[in-house]
Amino acid sequence: MLGSAVVVFRETLEAALIVAIVMGATRGVAHRGRWVAGGVALGIVGALLVALFAGAISQAVEGRGQELFNAAVLLVAVAMLAWHNVWMSSHARKHVEEMRHLGHDVQVGARPLSAMLAVTALAVLREGAETVLFLYGLVASGGSAGLALGGALGLAGGTAIGVLLYFGLLRIPLRHFFTVTGVIVLLLAAGLAASAAGFLVQAGLLPTLIDQVWNSSGLLSMDSMTGRMLHVLVGYNDRPTGIELLFYVATLATILALMRVFGARATRTARSAAAKQGAPA
Amino acid sequence: MSPIRYALALSLAVPFAAFGETPAYTITIKEHRFEPAELTVPAGKRIKLVIDNRDATPEEFESHEMRIEKVIPGRTKGTVSVGPLKPGTYPFFGEFHEATAQGKLRAK
Repeated sequence: MLGSAVVVFRETLEAALIVAIVMGATRGVAHRGRWVAGGVALGIVGALLVALFAGAISQAVEGRGQELFNAAVLLVAVAMLAWHNVWMSSHARKHVEEMRHLGHDVQVGARPLSAMLAVTALAVLREGAETVLFLYGLVASGGSAGLALGGALGLAGGTAIGVLLYFGLLRIPLRHFFTVTGVIVLLLAAGLAASAAGFLVQAGLLPTLIDQVWNSSGLLSMDSMTGRMLHVLVGYNDRPTGIELLFYVATLATILALMRVFGARATRTARSAAAKQGAPA
Repeated sequence: MSPIRYALALSLAVPFAAFGETPAYTITIKEHRFEPAELTVPAGKRIKLVIDNRDATPEEFESHEMRIEKVIPGRTKGTVSVGPLKPGTYPFFGEFHEATAQGKLRAK
């Protein structure tokens, strides 16, 4: 029972942390709960499908199917997170003003919400597929009621940590809130991009460049709870390869540059609009 | 050589090396155990590990030290690229059956 609880907990934790960040990043957006719940539901359906076709995916592209699939899922999530941050860099100020002014959630277009729906769905799909395969294996080899209980405990535990993270985020004052979630989303995206590079190395499609840039497993192991959480949240890696580090830094730099360009453009537009309004008729 | 040129040279050289003759080693999974549970491979060279899961149930082949994470569905084979490894011992395990599925790779 404990074994199944631990495995399910590990898989759930990663998805739950990402969902918590998505919930934080969409604070004050009307109907976001519905969109995020939709993402979770889509992710579960996707996980079942991926688990069902695991054999076919695994054998595809000369046995590299699984790695390519994982890398693709991660990179799409990175693109969606990047898009969200760029969008926020030009909308955050107005969003906070409207939240304060209206005193209730703000209507935004379907596009920013669908990006976060995709991030949620992809996180649940990736971690969910492994959980489904694991539980299927246990059931197939004569699972017990203890197994189901273990799985439920693991799921509850992982979800609880996600909920804690979300309420922790909410304690940040509104003034700084989106700056903080923006940084978290940025680091999350960079970490996921590095993981994608890891899968491409495993598939033999990318060189490691440097086999091990550093080894901090003695200091903070990725097997530890803290190491695992930091791995999801900021992309911590105790033994990164050169290419993973490269993907991490390149993703960080690209998103920051895009945020700066689009953020500056939005400020200019706002300023010229204000100047026009202020000018006597 | 400057680090950038070194990285460039490596990035050009390694993909070709990967498509050349890469020695492959097979590890079989039977009843949630690895066979062989210990295996010696050459150090300093890219190798392939073929994981042959003869069980009906899936297994997740994992190694933190070798940076591998791969689900091997029941009665299928999976291949992973590993290395080049420094000389040493690299443990691996089956995440879905950690109690029994344990093994080590020795790079010499």
